[in-house]
This record gives sequence, structure tokens and C-alpha cells, in this order.
Amino acid sequence: MSFTLLAVQTLNGLQLGILLFLIAAGLTLVFGVMDFINLAHGVQYMLGAYLAVAAFQFTGGFWSALPLALLAALACGLLLEVLVFRRLYDRDHLDQVLATFGVIIFLNELVKVVWGAAPLSVPLPLYLDWSVPLTDTLSYPVYRIALIVAGLLVAVLLYGLVTRTRIGMLVRAGASDAEMVAALGVNIRRLFMLVFGFGAMLAGFAGILAAPIFSVEPGMGDNLLILAFVVIVIGGIGSIRGAFVSALIIGLVDTLGRSFATDIARLALPPSAANDVGPALASMLIYILMAVVLFVRPSGLFPVSSK
Amino acid sequence: MIPASITPKTSPLKASTLVPLILFLGLALVPVYAQVFDDRFMMLFATRIAVLAIAVVSLDFILGFAGLVSFGHAAFIGIGAYAIGILSEHDIWEAWISFPVALAAGGLFALITGAISMKTRGVYFIMITLAFGQMAYFTATSLSAYGGDDGLTMWGRTEFFGTNLFANDISFFYLVVGCLAASYLLLRIFTGSRFGRVLAGAKQSELRVEALGISPYRYRLVAYCISGMVAALAGALMANQAEFVSPSAMSWHRSGELIVMCLLGGLGSLHGALLGTIAYLALEEVLSGTTEHWRLIFGPLLVLVVLYGKGGLIGLVTRRPGK
Amino acid sequence: MTPVLQLENLNKAYGALQVTKNLSLDVRPGEIHALIGPNGAGKTTLIGQISGALTSDSGRVLFAGRDVSRLSLPERARAGLGRTFQITQILPEFSALENVALAVQAHEGHSFRFFRNAATDPSLNDKAAAILADVGLGDRCTEPAGQLSHGEKRSLELALALALEPKLLLLDEPMAGTGPAETERLTELLKTVKNRCPLLLVEHDMAAVFELADRISVLVYGEIIATGTPDQIRASKEVQSAYLGEEDET
Repeated sequence: MSFTLLAVQTLNGLQLGILLFLIAAGLTLVFGVMDFINLAHGVQYMLGAYLAVAAFQFTGGFWSALPLALLAALACGLLLEVLVFRRLYDRDHLDQVLATFGVIIFLNELVKVVWGAAPLSVPLPLYLDWSVPLTDTLSYPVYRIALIVAGLLVAVLLYGLVTRTRIGMLVRAGASDAEMVAALGVNIRRLFMLVFGFGAMLAGFAGILAAPIFSVEPGMGDNLLILAFVVIVIGGIGSIRGAFVSALIIGLVDTLGRSFATDIARLALPPSAANDVGPALASMLIYILMAVVLFVRPSGLFPVSSK
Repeated sequence: MIPASITPKTSPLKASTLVPLILFLGLALVPVYAQVFDDRFMMLFATRIAVLAIAVVSLDFILGFAGLVSFGHAAFIGIGAYAIGILSEHDIWEAWISFPVALAAGGLFALITGAISMKTRGVYFIMITLAFGQMAYFTATSLSAYGGDDGLTMWGRTEFFGTNLFANDISFFYLVVGCLAASYLLLRIFTGSRFGRVLAGAKQSELRVEALGISPYRYRLVAYCISGMVAALAGALMANQAEFVSPSAMSWHRSGELIVMCLLGGLGSLHGALLGTIAYLALEEVLSGTTEHWRLIFGPLLVLVVLYGKGGLIGLVTRRPGK
Repeated sequence: MTPVLQLENLNKAYGALQVTKNLSLDVRPGEIHALIGPNGAGKTTLIGQISGALTSDSGRVLFAGRDVSRLSLPERARAGLGRTFQITQILPEFSALENVALAVQAHEGHSFRFFRNAATDPSLNDKAAAILADVGLGDRCTEPAGQLSHGEKRSLELALALALEPKLLLLDEPMAGTGPAETERLTELLKTVKNRCPLLLVEHDMAAVFELADRISVLVYGEIIATGTPDQIRASKEVQSAYLGEEDET
């Protein structure tokens, strides 16, 4: 357990946290403002990655593919909103779960039909395809650092948008009392569509950023969706700040846990047992964290005023 | 969908009697069909449905009837299955030992996780049950002595006083259907009892029930334990059916699927859950037989059921005017 | 006669906002004690403190001779404190009879009875039907409670509380949202309820309050400024300036 390894894993943890934040931000807003449980939010991330692949094949460069894929991700989100999701806003949570589960099944299969089941990838973008040397033998890809920076920029932008603008004010008001906002004469339908499209685009952005470093494959959004739910529940549903803080916590805990749990388990257990317990404990860590947080604070770390 | 009505003089052919009667009759006749048409696949398929239906009915009891959305229900199945698998690894095959152990393990897990989970509400409850489900899942993957990630192959089936009750296709099928019928009847009796009234009341208004002097917590916890034990029974049978136990039986995908089966059938009636399980698995089987990309049809079908089939499939059968 | 309910120096604050201040009050056997006050006076908070839905910051709630200050809502209900809510709390999917039968069952003791069908249990249904008849819902037994009219829901809620055979009934604005005819019917109903147990009545409808109450307490900004018979309250200068003078606005 060297210092460099710790540094590298911390960066990896931040990177996972940033991706989680981009997905969780939309999820928590859609859930908080519209009271809509969207299981299909994870496939928006997957769509973003696939659209990045398609746009890259079309334009031949990451930088020109980026805006194209982003717009396409937004369009996909809005299309789904119009076709399916807007009919579900006034349904109860379980109906939403069933319908959006159906959407997941459909889209996971659709990408398989269009792009095939084999994993795809996008090469690292120009100017970011080199590595920062850390030691003689170890270096860190600069793209991953850029990803963290990009995510942080989006976080700042989003925070400003939500706390400083009229739209953001409506969104925050909607998160605590949607009926009140509607009563004030705001076109709640358009607000919902805007929030939804924006959330879908953020998840898509996460997918685009992930395309050059992770394999792009059907179902890639499913596990991240569960992690994103863990994030928004720990952070407090509807809270952007909560989503940011808990996304970084989850990213770090999960990544560091996976690299060091076995070593730590060895301090207390015989090596063979530690080899068993370590990885399982590492995978469990975030769930243990969530259970503890919910036990102590049943509405998450940053609860938005009660409904 | 509250089963109770004050008039005891209800006609015997109500949908809530007729639907389960038809479903169970249909199940009971599967071996006859299989014999006549020499269709062993149908036998095995029906067994698979009946095993899973036990778990889905147990989920409906707490989810549909009591309003507690458990997103970790597959854990109970897995615990029941692992109890059987692990005991078999130690050469304990006798049903009189292994089944009570499986049920007790499921009940104990429900007691501990339920006692903590029920401090939370709504979506937080959903997520904390998911968390416990995931903990069970990853614990199973770490059991390297019992197969770890790869799962555990059993070298035989549970024994029942030296008979081959579990090993014979037909007798095992009837054993499973018997367990399903017993679970269904027992839970249905519970829903109509005073205990069930408290659960159904607390689902509608917790505040009102508390103002009547009832603390729902203990009742819900007991219901959760009952449900966990029944799901563990399903797991114990599943281990025998597959002669294989693996962590994937308790993944969150499976928990989600169980919820979807409940919803597809219609919540709260218990036989809705049975119908949902049959429909889900049959649809999967039929569609996957026609095209490789059957999910392109299956997914939108689920969406359509939500949008246009309010109350699930059972709602289509028993739709009452006025609602 | 010792009071059924005695409140001693109750306090409750939300952050810097002190909602009830050193509040003392009693309800005697056989009386209807009405609590009135302008909006925001702390009536609903006080009801919560008495019934156990809220815990008081300090002070004591003595009920039927025992200190119930630390008991929860269900525990106080079991001790004999029945209540209705400002926003009607009934079980909408149950029939009216099933609603009351659940209350009867709760009053009989624990409900860990798993096998006997509650729907065909005469010990529950007969008693429930009798109480429903008492509140004028005798012919609405099988109606799902969610489909009852607003006034009928109010009566049903009263039936639920009565089924507990309470030693005291807390009524939080039972007339709210009802029309004149319903109000009159409920007023007559409450007169009959008075024979069963004392009532603490929080109400905005002054006609009903002055017709029903044996004593009235006036709550303004978390403090009781006066307690007395309806005539005394009517005559009180302090009350007029603090409360009745504003009546036109509310």
C-alpha cells in the first residue's frame, strides 16, 4: 500500500464519483421535482456512450463528436419523455418502476440490435491522449484527470444554475412543493420536460465521457443506476449538493475499498480468510454505508424540506 | 383490493375465488398434459413457475397487501437455497432438518434487517432493503468454501424419510405445487384476519391506525418475517429443482424481477402474484422462442400493461365498475 | 372532582418560534371544553402535544390520573385518549364498517390473531354496526369509506374514536369544511357524545362552540388568555380585543 497507489486510487475514486454525480444529478432532480422514479435513467448513460461511438464513427474525431452526441442524447431523453414518461408522472411509484423497467429492457436490446452485443470503444481524444508520469514505472492518463475537471465544472455550473437562476429557483421550489409551484401559474409541464431533458443530457454526458475509458456495451448503465440511487438516497432526494457530496463519497469508498479491503482484512484475519472476506466486504461497503446513513438520518444527509 | 367485505353471504363464484381455483387446477393438470403429450419440458417449466410463484406470492403479501416495497426479496430465496446447498455439502440431506433450517434462516434474516429497515419510509425503505439484499449477495460470493462466485453444485436432492419425493419429476412437482397452495392459503387467511386488517389499515393511513392505539411496527415486522420464511421455502425448493445454488439467485436484478411479476399480475390479492409469475415466465418463454430479440417486444409490453392495464392482469379479469 | 386531563406548563418551540408557552389547562369529567383562538395561535400544535403526535419540550400531560408526557400516540390512545384530525384520517379502502371494526379490534387488545376471518366476526361487526348507527351512518356500513361525503367522513372518524370507549375525546375542528346543515347535525351528534365522555373541542365555528361548550379557553400566541363559561368569555374585554374583534377577518 504505497503512497502513489493511494494517490492513483484516489483519482480513480474521484473519477467514478464524478460520473456518478453526473448521473445522480438528473436522477435526484427528476425524483425530487417530479416525484418520478426513473429506472431508465441508467440507460441514458448507456445511450450517451453509444451515441459517442456513433458520432465518432461519423465525424472521425472526439471533439467534433462530443457536441453531436450531446445533442443526440438530449433528443433521446426528450423523445422518451414525450412518448412514455410524461404519462407516468401522476402514477404511483410502482407503476413508474414497472414501466421504466420495460424501457430498460427495450433499450438494452435495441442497442444490441443496432450496434451488436460486442463491447465497443472510442479512442482517447486528441490532446488528451498522453499520461502524466507519477513515478518511474507509473503514470496517470491525462484524460482521466480531464474527466474529473470537466465533471467539477459541470457541478459548479449546475450549482449556480440551481441556486442563482429563476429556473433553478422553480426547480428547488418544485422539489419541496410541486403543487405550490403549479398554483403560482408556472407551466409545470414545460418545467418537467426541461428538467427531464437536462437530466438525460447530463447522464448522456457521463456516458460520452466514459466511452473512451470503459467498454461500451449493452447493460452498462444498470449497475451504475443502482449506484446512482444509492448516491441520491444518501445525499437526500432532490438535493444537488447532497448528490455531489455523496457521489464523491461513494466513488472514493468503493474504489479505495476495492483496492485496500483485502489488505485491511489481513490485519485482523488469517490471509486465506482475508482473501475471501476482503473483496466481498469491499463490494458491500457502500451498501453498509447507506444502511448506516439511513438508520441515523432516515432522509439522507441533506434532506430537502419534508413533503 | 381488500378481500374483506361485511357480507359473509358472498357468492362462491367471485373472481377472488374463481381465479385462484382455475390457476391451481391448471397447474395440477400439467403432469397429465405432460404424460399425454410426452412433454417433459412442460413439466420442468411448470415446476420452475410454481417454485418462483411461492416467492412472488410472499412478496405480494408485504408489498401489495401491506405496502412495504422490499427491493431485496431475492436475498430470502438465496438464503433458503444456500441453507439447503450448504447442508448438502456437509452430507445432511434429510428434509426434516434442512427445510426448518432454511425457513429459520430466512426468518432470522428478515427479523434483523426488517427491524432496521422499518425505521425508514417510502423510497428510503426500498433502498435500505436493496442494501441488505446486496450485502447478502456479496456475502454469498465470498463463501469460497461453498463455490463463491461460481455457485455450489449439489450432488443430489433433499431426501424425505428415504423416499424419492424430491427426485421424481412428478412427485417433486406436486410437492412444489402443494407448498405453493399451502403458502397461498395461509397468507390469504392472514390477510383476512385481525392481523391482516392491521396491515391493510396501516397501509392506508399509518396516523389513523396509531390514533386507534395500534403501533404498526411490530405487525409489519412479523409480516416481514413470515414473508421472508415463505420466500426461503421457495429458495429451498429452487435449490432442489436446479441442484445448484449460486449468488446470482439473489442479485438485485432478481429482486427487481420479482417486483415486476407482482405488478404485472396486480397487487395485494396474492393470486395476482401467481398470475403475474405465470404470465411473466410464459411470455419470456414464448417470445424468446420466436425471435432472438424478443426483449424488443417484451419491454414495450410491460410499458403498455402499466399505461392501459390498470391494476395489472388481475385488474383486467376482475375489473369492477366505478373505479 | 379531579380533572380527566390536566396540562401543566406545556412548552413547544420550533427553532426560535415558541408555539406554546407555559400552557396549563384542564378538562373535567362530563364537560365539553372548547379551545378557540385565531389562526396560528398554536391549537394544532397543542392537540399534537396532548395526543402524543408531538413531544413537548417541557411540562406535563396528566391523563386519567397518570403522567403520559413521555408516551407515544398509540400508547396514549390505548390509555383512553381518542382523537379526530383536522384533516380527516380514515381508511379509504375499507368500508365504513371495516373502519370501525378495526377500532373495536384495537380496543379489545393486541391483534396478533392470524387465522379467524375478521370480516365474519360478529364480536367485531355487531359492535361496529351499533356505533355507526349511533353516529347516523347505520345505512352506510358497506360503503367504502373513501366514497362517503365529507360530513359522513367526519361522523365516521367520530365513530372510530368512540369505538375506543375513550376517557376523553380530542376533536380537532370537526366542523371544518362542512356545510350549515352538516354542522347542525354534527352539533346535535356531539351533544349525545357528551354523555359518553368529556370532550376537548378545538373549533372555529363560534355558533357551534357557544352552543356546545360548558367552558371555553382562548388561546392566543401560544398562551391561554382566558378560561370560563361561554357567558364569561363573551363578556371578557381581553378576549374581545385579542380575538373576537378579529373574527370578521377569519
